[in-house]
Amino acid sequence: MAAAQRPQGKGFMGWLNKRMPVQEFFDSQLKQYYAPKNFNIWYFFGSLALLVLVLQLVTGIFLTMFYKPGEATSFDSVEFIMREVNFGWLIRYLHSTGASAFFIVVYLHMFRAFLYGSYRAPRELLWILGMLVYLALMAEAFMGYVLPWGNMSFWGAQVIVNLFSTIPAIGPGLVEWIRGDYGIADATLNRFFSLHVVAVPLALLLLVMLHLVALRTTGSNNPDGIEIKEKLGPNGIPLDGIPFHPYYTVKDVVGVGVFFVLFAIVVFFVPTFGGLFLEGPNFEPANPMSTPEHIAPVWYFTPFYAILRAVPNQRLGALLMALAVLSFLFLPWLDRSPVKSMRYRGWFSRMALAVFAVSFVALGYLGMQPAEGSYVLLARIFTVLYFLFFYLMPFYSPYGAKPVPERVIYHAH
Amino acid sequence: MAENVVVGDDGVDLSRRKFLTTATVATGAVGVAFAAVPFIASWQPSERARALGAPTELDLSKVEPGQMTIITWRRQPIYVVRRTPEMLEHLKGHDELLKDPNSDSSEQPDYTKNLFRARKPEVLVLIGTCTHLGCLPKQRFEAASAEMGAYWPGGWFCPCHGSRFDLSGRVFNGSPASVNLKVPPYEFSNEHTLVVGVDEKGAA
Repeated sequence: MAAAQRPQGKGFMGWLNKRMPVQEFFDSQLKQYYAPKNFNIWYFFGSLALLVLVLQLVTGIFLTMFYKPGEATSFDSVEFIMREVNFGWLIRYLHSTGASAFFIVVYLHMFRAFLYGSYRAPRELLWILGMLVYLALMAEAFMGYVLPWGNMSFWGAQVIVNLFSTIPAIGPGLVEWIRGDYGIADATLNRFFSLHVVAVPLALLLLVMLHLVALRTTGSNNPDGIEIKEKLGPNGIPLDGIPFHPYYTVKDVVGVGVFFVLFAIVVFFVPTFGGLFLEGPNFEPANPMSTPEHIAPVWYFTPFYAILRAVPNQRLGALLMALAVLSFLFLPWLDRSPVKSMRYRGWFSRMALAVFAVSFVALGYLGMQPAEGSYVLLARIFTVLYFLFFYLMPFYSPYGAKPVPERVIYHAH
Repeated sequence: MAENVVVGDDGVDLSRRKFLTTATVATGAVGVAFAAVPFIASWQPSERARALGAPTELDLSKVEPGQMTIITWRRQPIYVVRRTPEMLEHLKGHDELLKDPNSDSSEQPDYTKNLFRARKPEVLVLIGTCTHLGCLPKQRFEAASAEMGAYWPGGWFCPCHGSRFDLSGRVFNGSPASVNLKVPPYEFSNEHTLVVGVDEKGAA
């Protein structure tokens, strides 16, 4: 019997393992999960993303205890949390800073995949699941930003929901259906609340779980972009693999420590981060009769917002913005390089990635600036560069690859 | 029995089983589609939201010539301008700068599809949300102002994405908005009372 062969332990753990494979699960997921031994600093961000997810769930649960969704109550209840709930200010700033931290960590996690070709076969599905997590996160962040019902909440919702009106034929009806009223209103706010605290978090958890299941199947990539499973030792374990626990759990704890230091500095000293994490106009209640002088989303959406505004045609702008996000999904098939990692790629690929990184950051900056004069021109240039990175990839990526080592490059410390 | 019956190891008629499975799944899918209807329909504007979308009145005698006032109808700001003869004169002569000078691809009731985009030239009624993404365009009525440039005939400027409209709500070339500001259905119940949201065809 298979069950009898498993180590079950004695005492309580033995009792438990007979009834549920606790030990087996822990072993298969961590102790006997072999990760490449040459991970570097870029490999902190996956576990940090998981940490921030937990942080957002916990702080979100507590905020929900004090927040009252509704046109008449939302803004006041957030002020109530900030001023009168014990430590309410802390819980809210943890949540609002957590939202920005989530995107910082996820963008770095994604950039790691660009650097080392982590999206390449056999990890295409892993990459797509990760992108779906990112899309769910964007929806979650957008709806979360509407809840305090400040003026930027209101106008941000107005602009984003109206993007759907550019869809031919069904657009206007669809927008009315999303809002549940003739404008952004109580009905909109309440459904966003429900989606933000129940539906999207459930979807996020499911997608993150699937992302990890897919990761356990293919195993992690590494900075050299070579498959450690192709070089197995006599015991069937990859020669360049080390057990995730304790080696990487301990390493990740160091990352957690550093992360919390930086996170605490923001939460306690600069929670609005100069208007980047919490925007000034959002400290005024929503006013449907007054647009803020200058509407800009929070920093993590500004690259795409800059693309939207760079196009003089409304429908085309919305379409390009959607394509800018969805282009990531096609990466595994656009990349035709014979090697995965940038370490062994030619100058074309390296330059292209540098241009892309600069364009993304530049668009992020331009998306915060008013849409005037040279800002628009620059946004157009960087929009073109952004898309060239993706859609010229099949042509430049095959060139200049260098030989890849047999085993991962690793120096013992 | 048909001749091409597929029989499994234990004498089960597999084609019959497959047909029944497919039919059950299809029936279930139709059931799910019907069950989804009430949930999807619940997102439509409620009866209360519809009732609050009733027509809105404005006493025009309280609006000075050359001034704009904003009323709300269906949560949308409605810009009402009493245009002066001088303002009306400024509507002519810049057609080549406009995306849709004759309002052919813009939304307005038939009775306002004219140069003035109005029932009475001196009273302009517009939905004050930018046709780009719904911000409120700001009033820039002064012609050839330093801010807007020498060509500027007076109109609105959207602070969000820079769309520009003239004093009939017609959009200028180079704006992200592609159509003119919308005109709501409206009528005059008497000499100086504007009613937005209703016309000869009944309430919108």
